[in-house]
Amino acid sequence: MSILGTRVVRTEDPGFLTTGAVYTDDVVDERLAGACHVFFVRSPIAHARITAVDTSAAREAPGVIAVFTGADLADLAPLRPPMPDLVDGRMAQPLLARDVVRYVGEPVAVVVTEDPYQGEDAAELVSADYDPLPAVVDMTAAADDPPALLFPEAGTNVTATFGDAAALQPGLFDGCEVVVSRTIVNQRVAPAPMETRAAAAAWGDDGRLTAWIPNQGAQGTKGALAAMLALDPSSLRIITPDVGGAFGAKFGADPEHAVVCWVARQLGRPARWSETRTENMVAMTHGRAQLQTITIGGWRDGTVTAYRLEILQDSGAYPRFGAFLPALTILMAPGPYAIGRAEAVARSVVTNTTPVGAYRGAGRPEATAAVERAIDLFAAEIGRDPAEVRRKNLLPRFTEPHRTAFGAVYDSGDYVTALDAALDAAGYASLREEQARRRDAGDVTQLGIGLASYVEITGGGAESGAPRENATVEVHPDGSATILTGTSPHGQGHATVWAMLASEELGIPVDRITVKWGDTDLIPEGGGTGGSRSLQQGGVAVQQASRELLDVARERAAAMLEANPADLVFEPERSAFEVAGDPDAAVPLATLAAEERLVVRTVFIAPGATFPFGTHVAVVDVDTETGKVVLRRVITVDDAGTVINPLLAEGQRHGGIAQGAAQAFLEEVIYDADGNPLTATFADYPFLSATEVPSFELADMATPTSYNPLGVKGIGEAGTIGATPAVQNAIIDALAHLGVRHIDMPASPQRVWQALQDVPAGKDA
Amino acid sequence: MRIELTVNGARRSDEVEPRLLLVHYLRERCGLRAANVGCDTTSCGACTVLVNGRSVKSCTMLAVQAAGQEITTAEGLAAGGEMHPVQEAFRQQHGLQCGFCTPGMVMAATGLLAENPHPTETEVREGLEGNFCRCTGYHNIVRAVLAAAETMSA
Repeated sequence: MSILGTRVVRTEDPGFLTTGAVYTDDVVDERLAGACHVFFVRSPIAHARITAVDTSAAREAPGVIAVFTGADLADLAPLRPPMPDLVDGRMAQPLLARDVVRYVGEPVAVVVTEDPYQGEDAAELVSADYDPLPAVVDMTAAADDPPALLFPEAGTNVTATFGDAAALQPGLFDGCEVVVSRTIVNQRVAPAPMETRAAAAAWGDDGRLTAWIPNQGAQGTKGALAAMLALDPSSLRIITPDVGGAFGAKFGADPEHAVVCWVARQLGRPARWSETRTENMVAMTHGRAQLQTITIGGWRDGTVTAYRLEILQDSGAYPRFGAFLPALTILMAPGPYAIGRAEAVARSVVTNTTPVGAYRGAGRPEATAAVERAIDLFAAEIGRDPAEVRRKNLLPRFTEPHRTAFGAVYDSGDYVTALDAALDAAGYASLREEQARRRDAGDVTQLGIGLASYVEITGGGAESGAPRENATVEVHPDGSATILTGTSPHGQGHATVWAMLASEELGIPVDRITVKWGDTDLIPEGGGTGGSRSLQQGGVAVQQASRELLDVARERAAAMLEANPADLVFEPERSAFEVAGDPDAAVPLATLAAEERLVVRTVFIAPGATFPFGTHVAVVDVDTETGKVVLRRVITVDDAGTVINPLLAEGQRHGGIAQGAAQAFLEEVIYDADGNPLTATFADYPFLSATEVPSFELADMATPTSYNPLGVKGIGEAGTIGATPAVQNAIIDALAHLGVRHIDMPASPQRVWQALQDVPAGKDA
Repeated sequence: MRIELTVNGARRSDEVEPRLLLVHYLRERCGLRAANVGCDTTSCGACTVLVNGRSVKSCTMLAVQAAGQEITTAEGLAAGGEMHPVQEAFRQQHGLQCGFCTPGMVMAATGLLAENPHPTETEVREGLEGNFCRCTGYHNIVRAVLAAAETMSA
């Protein structure tokens, strides 16, 4: 019986549950013996000229080994923005601020001490003088009426543009019976992995740097660090310890990681750093942060004929991946709908806030949120059921690739079936009846039902580079096996699933297969884990390598058995080749491995990205007197092709749904008008807790893709893509009969209450 | 200051700085690194351990306050190579992904079940409200605690 498709519990769990995983801060290694501790002094002001930094008092504090400022790092180039052809390259971040600070939390100096507590103490004694500059916080002002320019030499706060706003067609909505337009907020949120950022660095006598860094792909981290430290990549070795969550925000490397490595070299002793949560909330990249103007038009029968999306993207103070997010949003702008005329444009701006990067979904949740809000606004305007409007406009089922107006090539899709399956699972008709009862009765607590149909892109986004991945599979003389992968788990369970894939081919039990990743000396190439790419590229590469290993083994077994290779059959139960019809003439893989090393490295190249799809249904109670929202149910259909381990695939869906729901009604990074962060701790940031979500209801749907032999697409980000607009739509739906058409996220009690107060007179039911 | 206490069944005596947090004492002095530090506001619970059988956030307690007490960490929960039923339930129900919240979550769940051996789903959710998880959406954590309650009362 195949192990694929079964609920194998994780091989990595016993260690995680008993001694705990080994995160960067847990690493015990002789190369790190006697390590000093690095603590960052960060800017307390959003925008200012630095006039002086006095480190003398800090240098005298107990345990202080050294204090460094930006002037000490003058030999190192700033962190250049990614995608130089798209993003203004002059907007680069010095590793430690030099003349100007541009966000609260920007590193200004480091204090290096014997003991971590001493660093926190001494950092208080570093005295920097700041000459305040006007803070640019509002992204619309940043673009059109800036109180200041963050980089005067650039002449603008706009760091990137996508599409030509001047070329928008004035007649796009000609012929529409109904046109609705609205500017909506896809607010800034914090990725907030439970493990904050960290680093440990040691330079060897050979002049090579070994750095332990939590990341999503050691090879990408190595490239980023080498660039910041101006090192030949061959002189770096990145080791990835266990990683306590990442959600897109641990790709590559940040200035702090480079500074820790630089300190270790400068002082000639190993150095360690582990940031506090408060630092993490202001200095790890944030996500989302778009202002979207959506315009949708069509006919009263529910047909949507035209859609326009205009995006303003907040990149934060220094353009990182966030500046590029609109490209992905635009790519997915029309979602699963057959809209005859659609256009989208975007600008990315810099502001005096924390830089924005990838966060679970990275650009695609924003696309889905925009079009799903648009569909609901349109449905409300024409007085039709949102499910009916969706069904009318979804692309019909297709099995051959479909190219959209924005250049995306959807591999396959069956969106109407997903919608109907979700409505069935939710009991949609009876939910609407219950809603009607409560509306008629004028209940204080109204029921809201929200839908989101989505298609997303996985395994092809620019986060992950070209759609390819390598794997090495080796069988050992003792019958065990080792897999090397260029992907990089941080909770997903690769160690278990990659072992399942090899076990299926080689007949070696899962618990005898070791999976390794995240050591650039051992695995020089790899695209890491992000953009939901791992299984469809890295996992498929493991299957391919295992099969190629069997091809090699078959030749060798035939020679050993003096048989024709074509006459051999592989018996997985024995992990051996035998002569067909003669089970006594057999040779196990282990025996072949004892004769000669039995190892294959291969690269799987995908024909392109894949496009998972589905529908989410959210059910909420909204208290019309207090504005409080209670999330009652979330029902989802997420079709990501073949499922290899349902237990783990469901876990990915659960986690994404929760994060997506949290954006809809709880989480938001907030700044005041001067650029001071108001949500810099877990006491202030409304991190989702167990009491704020229900158990989730998952319905199965699996349409294999033809793009890889496993038939798999990515499942990591479906949750945040579908759940956010489903929950937001549900909250608004609860109040639709009272005249509410839109509430920005997060739909806090105050916003909900205010929306009810703002209903124009006469609309009140 | 010198403190004497019991950690996972073993008596210890250590000289500690008065301001040393219990979690740092456990991690750096005892080498018990299962408990993690996930925040600086006593919000996340990644550092949860049992103090005399009751769950406590060890970032909010000084090592000197633990003098004379019995501390149990995730390392001490497994006995003789066998995982505790709560740990086993977390594995079977896939109640962990990245694992960072897990040792604290397991200790909080163990403390919860000691106080309420037969919790409802709502009681589990309320009991774990002070322990954050970013990966699981809490769904399988709740399943795990309910499953552990069944096993432990069987």
